[in-house]
Amino acid sequence: MTALSFHDVWVEYGDSVILERLSLEVKAGSFVSVVGPSGVGKSTLLRLVLGQEAPTKGRILLDGEPLHAEPGPDRGVVFQRYSVFPHMTVLKNVMFGLECSGRRAGARAEAEEMLRRVGLGHSLASYPSALSGGMQQRLALAQALITRPRILLLDEPFGALDPGVRVDMHVLITELWREHGLTILMVTHDIREAFKLGTRVIAIDKRRHDPQAPHRYGSTAVYDFPLDKPDAVPPDGFQELAARMAKAS
Amino acid sequence: MPRLLNLRPRGSHRLLLGLIPILLLAMLYFAAAAARHAVNPSDKILPTLGAMVDQVHTMGFKVDPLTGKIPMLADTLASLSRLGAGVGLAAATTLILGLAIGLVPVVRAGLGPLVATLAVIPPIAVLPILFIVFGLGETSKIVLIFVGITPFMVRDLAAHVAAIPEEQLIKAQTLGASTWTVALRVALPQALPRLIESLRFSIGPAWVFLISAEAIASDVGLGYRIFLVRRYLAMDVILPYVAWISLLAVAMDFALASTSRGLFPWAHGKRSR
Repeated sequence: MTALSFHDVWVEYGDSVILERLSLEVKAGSFVSVVGPSGVGKSTLLRLVLGQEAPTKGRILLDGEPLHAEPGPDRGVVFQRYSVFPHMTVLKNVMFGLECSGRRAGARAEAEEMLRRVGLGHSLASYPSALSGGMQQRLALAQALITRPRILLLDEPFGALDPGVRVDMHVLITELWREHGLTILMVTHDIREAFKLGTRVIAIDKRRHDPQAPHRYGSTAVYDFPLDKPDAVPPDGFQELAARMAKAS
Repeated sequence: MPRLLNLRPRGSHRLLLGLIPILLLAMLYFAAAAARHAVNPSDKILPTLGAMVDQVHTMGFKVDPLTGKIPMLADTLASLSRLGAGVGLAAATTLILGLAIGLVPVVRAGLGPLVATLAVIPPIAVLPILFIVFGLGETSKIVLIFVGITPFMVRDLAAHVAAIPEEQLIKAQTLGASTWTVALRVALPQALPRLIESLRFSIGPAWVFLISAEAIASDVGLGYRIFLVRRYLAMDVILPYVAWISLLAVAMDFALASTSRGLFPWAHGKRSR
């Protein structure tokens, strides 16, 4: 079943084209990693799904319905930073989503349960400033998952973390993805992370390049690897993309 | 011997270092006062401590038979109620306008330029207009304080609210929050400690505007009294009044700071509730 689909989506700012002819189908329950060199439109893609901006042309469907071009509770998100509310305790941060949807009875118990699941059961009364970077991202995940979004968007969620902490977070997100049957769209510039976590890796890049007017061509999905096939091998061109990404980061 | 740059006074040393200039200034004053009184026992310019204590006793603890009130108490109550009304009105307006301008782009586009323009008008320049429009009574004094400090505070708070990371606002919306919920539960709590901070900075200017207004048209108030007794060169009244005003200002600052620490521990680096 298709959770999210892009039909010939274009994004243009004035006469510069950011994304062009982007068509994608994201199956429910899949974990899609999006990679690409920086400045190529990965964030734009995420902003489109979040509803922070609307496509210039084309359609985006979520569960078959046209996407509401405004952030809403059907799409959860975890950003690299600033995802949690500094003025609320850990518990209140998670209860916020339940309170917004009018659920007060049992909200506390449900939030505590979720926090215990991500390993923050002992920090319920702490403010986010007391948490390490990894714990703040655990909180951000718990906060996003408590409202049971239809798709979870991750924007470089582990980019600011130490390597060891990042590995722990990889384990956690994989477990949560299985337990909750989540559909995840993750933007990352770490190719190894993309292949390790995803069931599918999509690379975004410019297919055409005009040296006189580089802004006239936008990016689109240039590679699409389903990793659930055991013999998925990156094609030759991928090495070149990986090299460019390594140079950019 | 460490470099001067690296010498850090602590504890009692720090306290002592802070006291030295204050004590020196006081000694200098009393030495000069004693010298002047040695030449002219009825000198009014540098009153002795005794003269000032006498005046505080008369002004602060005895009923004036003419008005039936204790002058210093009546002045303090009048000034504080004007200050409270002006500052309170300014804080309430700032909270509403600052939140709306900082959070809602449509309001920012509509009101931002107006507030920016109002903020550059020197408030004392509009005092005559206030006297003409509101008369010489309480209203014009309260409005002067309000006009004097509100535009600055609104701009400050709006800038603070606008600087809340967009990620937070998006996150709140993905959790199902409406504009109203974002304003009340995300922006407002983060705006309040900043409002108190901004109030602390505005108390000084608020006193300036209050005393200016009282100096020009009033019949009671701390500013009124200082400018009244100036005619008689009554430094023995003026100096205790100035000290009293300073003490009130310090007390207000302390009260605001501890309110903020008590109500918003997260904004002051406290790690848990």
